[in-house]
Amino acid sequence: MMGAATIHLPLLLFFGAVLFSCGVYGVLARRNAVLVLMSIELMLNAVNVNLVAFSARLHEITGQIFALFVITVAAGEIGIGLAIVILIYRNRESINVDDVNLMKW
Amino acid sequence: MSAEDWAFIVVGVVGSIAAIRLVTSQNVVHAALYLVVTLAMVGATYLIAAAEFLAWVQVLIYVGAIVVLLLFSLMLTRAPIGRETLDNQQRFVAALVGAGVLAGLVFLIQDQFSGVKVNLNATRTADVGTSLFRDFVLPFEVVSVLLLAALVGAIVIARKEETPGGPAESRVPLLGRKEGARREALP
Repeated sequence: MMGAATIHLPLLLFFGAVLFSCGVYGVLARRNAVLVLMSIELMLNAVNVNLVAFSARLHEITGQIFALFVITVAAGEIGIGLAIVILIYRNRESINVDDVNLMKW
Repeated sequence: MSAEDWAFIVVGVVGSIAAIRLVTSQNVVHAALYLVVTLAMVGATYLIAAAEFLAWVQVLIYVGAIVVLLLFSLMLTRAPIGRETLDNQQRFVAALVGAGVLAGLVFLIQDQFSGVKVNLNATRTADVGTSLFRDFVLPFEVVSVLLLAALVGAIVIARKEETPGGPAESRVPLLGRKEGARREALP
């Protein structure tokens, strides 16, 4: 009854590639710092999709463990990132990443 | 094409469209809501790929916590609406770079993994826990310390400065602040 469930690996990897490309575009094209952080989350999710896909392919659970670690580090990163964004907003009245050039060469 | 393939194609198309809308949307709140859809579809991908525990972690942490955090910070900051305020002038170059990354990745995947099929064996949460606490206990502890440090750091960064000298002193730029200025001010 329970036939071996299979899935084509490239489908999973294509989804990850699309997510990663959208993240790259978002990081490069967005001005709002919160939207840049969202795009970074998108890229980290693409990495997680790939980790889970190869974890399924290799029948190895390590990929899922690493995806868990990536999620944890992403949570810490988003917390720090939003704290910095709010601090910048309080000081500069703007979260436009083009305006924040105090430490730019 | 198996049933899992078709299920995943639906999930992947919805997730991809939501991701594209997320990076092109002209309204920041809409972008956050598209992020919810994308993250939920990634969670559904984990379910299809038989990573059940990770799927619920995804829903719990991303959809439950991170999106709420992002929405809060959107509410706390002024978020003007419109293409010129949300996107910068290099968006065509950015689109070019994104398309180039996508083309390169698709070529590599097609080259290496074309037609590869994966048997989906359900992974038990017990196995995840055993592996996590037997083989990866040191990284686990390091990550928990990192999370604690991030928590404390976020609070320290984002809280308002409450200096004893009153709010006027905190506005003095760091470079212009004289050493021992407060001691001189005291009688």
